[in-house]
This record gives sequence, structure tokens and C-alpha cells, in this order.
Amino acid sequence: MLPKIVRESLLELCRRMFVIRHFEESLVPLHDKGVFGGHYHLYIGQEATGVPAISCLRADDYLFTTHRNHGHLLARGAEPKKLCAEILGRADGLNKGKGGSFHSVAPSLGFLHSSGVVAGIIPLSTGTAYAAKAQKNGRITVCLFGDGSLEEGAAPEAFNLASLYKLPVLFLCENNGKYGAGRAVAAAQSSTMAAYPLTDLPKAYKIPAQQIDGMDAGLVHATVSEAVEKIRAGEGPHFIEAQTVRYPGSETNWPTVPRPTETALAWDVSSVPEKAREWYRSCDPVLIFIRELVEAKQATREEIAAVERQVKTDIAAAVEFAVSSPYPKADEAERDYFAQS
Amino acid sequence: MREIAYYEAKFEALDEIMAADERVHLINGTFLSLSPHRHVFQNLKEKYGERMIAPPISELGFCGLATGAAMAGLRPIVDLSTGSFIYEAWPQVANEAANAFSMSGGQTRVPVVFHLFHGLRGGGAAQHSGSPQAMLWNCPGLEIAIPSSPRDVKGLLKSAVASDNPTIFVDHTRLLDIRGEVPENDKPIPLGVAEIKRSGRDVTVVATSYTVQVALRAAATVAQQGIEIEVVDPRTLVPFDLPTILQSVEKTHRVVIADETHQSCGVAAEIAARIAESGFDKLKAPIRRVSTLDVPVSYSPPLEAHIGPSEGRIIDAVKATLA
Repeated sequence: MLPKIVRESLLELCRRMFVIRHFEESLVPLHDKGVFGGHYHLYIGQEATGVPAISCLRADDYLFTTHRNHGHLLARGAEPKKLCAEILGRADGLNKGKGGSFHSVAPSLGFLHSSGVVAGIIPLSTGTAYAAKAQKNGRITVCLFGDGSLEEGAAPEAFNLASLYKLPVLFLCENNGKYGAGRAVAAAQSSTMAAYPLTDLPKAYKIPAQQIDGMDAGLVHATVSEAVEKIRAGEGPHFIEAQTVRYPGSETNWPTVPRPTETALAWDVSSVPEKAREWYRSCDPVLIFIRELVEAKQATREEIAAVERQVKTDIAAAVEFAVSSPYPKADEAERDYFAQS
Repeated sequence: MREIAYYEAKFEALDEIMAADERVHLINGTFLSLSPHRHVFQNLKEKYGERMIAPPISELGFCGLATGAAMAGLRPIVDLSTGSFIYEAWPQVANEAANAFSMSGGQTRVPVVFHLFHGLRGGGAAQHSGSPQAMLWNCPGLEIAIPSSPRDVKGLLKSAVASDNPTIFVDHTRLLDIRGEVPENDKPIPLGVAEIKRSGRDVTVVATSYTVQVALRAAATVAQQGIEIEVVDPRTLVPFDLPTILQSVEKTHRVVIADETHQSCGVAAEIAARIAESGFDKLKAPIRRVSTLDVPVSYSPPLEAHIGPSEGRIIDAVKATLA
């Protein structure tokens, strides 16, 4: 279903989903050509979770994210050209090329730290929440992590602290392993937890927890809005598990793009390679969202295609900016590891 | 000048820091360890209880909480109690707090203090006698303060809290009852400034933490035999004041480094390397290390005493440099 918000806001959500999708589809050939090295992870397939969820926040709220951070930063409005430059290790990157794909942050948007250790941010998120409570500034913290993060001990320790001190934090667990593709079938990694459903874990710490369809933008928006309101009212932490089906391009060790996205695919997936076709037909959250927009007569196919064309032009310019950006000077490696008071 | 006990100076520092800055929160509260003076700490709870929490036994969780709170503008002092317990929090200290400022391209400041009691404390055995400062010195991004006197504990704690970087505050329970001069309204002691604790012309002994006190006893003993030891206390490992040490070596030409971390890749090893690299021409004898022997710490008193940097071992090393 569609979020219950005005048309302009729906189209903005649509635009941001396209930004994430086309940004990340552009990364794959860059990596394949060796423009950047190191591992990286795609957010594709989870756009209908991150975009509506992050739209529910105040401008001064805190967010923490992991190695799968591109989508969250872009959903919050980070400049694609600076994020791309960061992933390419360039001087104009969000973090001067020092963080890279795993550690991109944007403190001005509330992202203080992104950890490549899957549960690393979960205790940290209790800290910003603790600070906001002490400072009585009404800020909440949203901690975005994958289901695999729950396997690390940091997660339950943080849940205990958040619950004991009634901290204003939303734990938003994005489980991109719906239908159980995972280690058991030797596909891409997914979590292996004795606590099942995953919501059993936060519930053991008396944290209200829900499991929702993360491909349903309207359901995500409604659930997160309600949780955010309760958290801001002082009711303590909340846990939401948003389930999505893993993007076929993320099933392999190195990301691939089975078929570049375009609006027309929402109604005709015949051009998609057969192995990936079912995902594009029924599990691609961007295509689901634009079908819903058209069915609800909030936008025509042509209007959506126009939004997408503009996004593609913008992303192409962002990539061009990043590729043209210089590398930092080598001795930058010796700077800025201690703050000067 | 006013003379007070170490624990009183430390309490005074905490009291003044809490009074001066509402951003300071205490996460956990064994700053005076299990010493008979720990009741003094209760006075802080009465004054600043709203800014103190006694978290569950989850070092990883509450070090992360403190680090995150620092990112959001508080200045938490998190107490790990026994130094070995920081191993439980290693991912948050060594991999998150230490790296955050650099990874953000110099944007995210992490003004958190991790407080702990390190070292041989009498019956701590292998799991409660750790001196993790050598491992932590191998994590760029962390500052390390390591006081040895009442005046230093007060002045360094103030600077550690004022710093915008994550700082490890390495204390020692055997220092708590030491008495020494602490002026009223003393200024904070800047990080990175060593102090000559005793002047001498014959041998430089670089020592840290409680071992400074042991070295001072050794100096008094050998003075009766006509040997004058100069005891230099770096006071912080990061930043490290090498020039003051080299000046001392220029005078004595002989160096012993006495410290409670284990010998291999220990604090003494790093200091020895720095002196050798920058001051080799000043040396007239090989540098000697007096560290904790490279074995797990045993419980039984004579076994524990045998492996530590004792007065006897320091004196033997000093004499070896003069032989």
C-alpha cells in the first residue's frame, strides 16, 4: 500500500528510491572496471524500507548504519556526488576518502558513525539516545542494521541497556533474507539465529517488537511513524524487523546487476534474465511502489518515467564528478586522527 | 603546600569536573576500586546522581553507550573497573571509538574517557591483573594517560575529560593511599608532558604508574650506595614526551625502563625503541627493560611478586647499566 501522505511527498519518496537504485546500479560497473577496490554492499531491494522510514524523522534526529549504508544516506538527502566520491576514495568524498563504502557518514544529517562490524552501531545508538534523554532535546536515534547483526553479543547487551534506561531509540532491523535464502542453501549470507522469529530477542528484553513486510512502503511508513511517536513521547525503545527478499544481484559474493532498472519493467519483466525475473516481477520494492502510484492514480507512467530520467541524469553527473575528483594527497593519511581541542 | 592522599585528589578531581561541566556523566562507579575509601564516592552520588548510572555487567554495551553519548556531545567517563575487563569491550574501544574521528574525515569527535585499574594488585591472578595499555598504545586514535601521584591523577583526569579524543585513563589500586602535594586550585596537567620525579646524574629510569613509586624507592636505596637515579615519568603514553626523556639520557647516558606491562611488545619495548632510534649516540650501555615477565600472572603472593618490576629487579638493572 501507499503511505498516507500527500501526492508531492509520495513523488519525493519515489524520486529518492530511484536515486538509491540508479546510484547503486552505477557503482557495479565502476567496481568491475577497477575504478574502486575493496568490498561493498548494495541496498537495492530495501528501498521501500529505508526511504519511507527515514522520511518519518526530524531533521535533528540521529541515525546509525552499517556497511550497507548507501541507501540510508541517500534516503536522508546526502549528495550522491559526495557519497560516490567517498566510495571511490577521493578527496571530495563525504569523509575525504577516509571512510569508504563501509564507513560513509554525514554528521550534518545525523549520521555520526557507520560501522563495518555488523553490530558495532547498536551499543553506540544507545549512547546518542542516552545523550538526547540527558539533554532533553527530544531527539530520537534510529539504528539501522541487518538481521546478521543480532548474532553478535553487542546486540543483546545494547537491548538490555536501552530497555533498562527507556532510551529513545528505534532498532530497525532490515532482514533481507525473507524466504530463508541463506547459508543453509549455500547462497548469500543470512542470519543463523536460534531465536526465531527474530523479534523474540528484543521481546526477551521487554522491547516492543514487530515484524513487517519491508517491501510495503505504506506499511513501513505507518509502522515507523507510530513507533517514532511513541519513542518521542518517552515510551522507550522499539524494534521493527522489516523483511525483504534479497536482490538477486546481491546473492553473489560480488554485486551484479541482472537487469538495469527502468520504469517500464513495472509492467513488463520479459527483458529480465529468467533467473532473476521473479524478483523483478513480485519483490522489487521500487517497481511495486510505482505500480501502486499508477493504480492509485497518484501519477501516470509517463510522470514517473520523467522523474526517473531526471534522476538518471543527476546520477550520471554525480558519477562524473566523483571519477574526476582527485585522490587525497598521500600524507592526508597522517592527518585528522586526533581532534584538536 | 597542602598534602593529601591520592584517592582524595582523585575524588576532588571528579567532584570539580562534575561541578564544572554538566556534559560529564559517570558510567559505572568504581573509581576508588574496592579500597576502604570507596564510601567517599557515595558523596558524588548525592550531588550528581542524575548524571551517574550503574549499568549491568556488560562492558561491551556500556562502553558503546558512553562512546555514542560522546559522539552526541556528552563527556562521559566510563569506568571499566579492573583493567582486564576492557577486553570484553574491545570492539567498541579499539574498533569504534578509536577510529570514528579518522573514518569520518575529522568530523565526529569522541570525547569519552575509559577509566580502569591495571596491574599487579595482590591476588588478582591471571584474569584481574591485566595491563592493557600496551595493546591500546597499538590502536592509533586513543590517548593514554597514566598517573603516578596525587597531583598527577587530579591534573591528568581533568585534561582527559577536556580532551576531544577518546582517552584511556590507566590507574593503579596500589597508588590510592600514596600521599603527596596537591596545591589548592591546581591547574590541569596537559597531556604529553613528562615529569622528572627525582633528579640524578647516573642512570635514567623511565617508569610509569605505580612502578614510578617503586623506582623512587629503588632510587632512595641506591643513593646510599652513591648511585644517583633520575626517575622520569612520561605521565601519558599518547601523546608521548620523548624530548624530556632524551634530555635526561643526554645527562646520564644510561637507561632502564620499568613498567608493569608484559615484556614483549610492552610499554618498555616501545619506549626503548624510541630512545634507541633518536638517542643511540647518547647511550653508553644497552637499554634495560624491567617489565612483568612474559607469563600469565599467578595468584600466590611470592609468585606474583617474582614476575613484577620490583625494587630489586630495578636495582639490578640499574647496576647492570653501570657495569
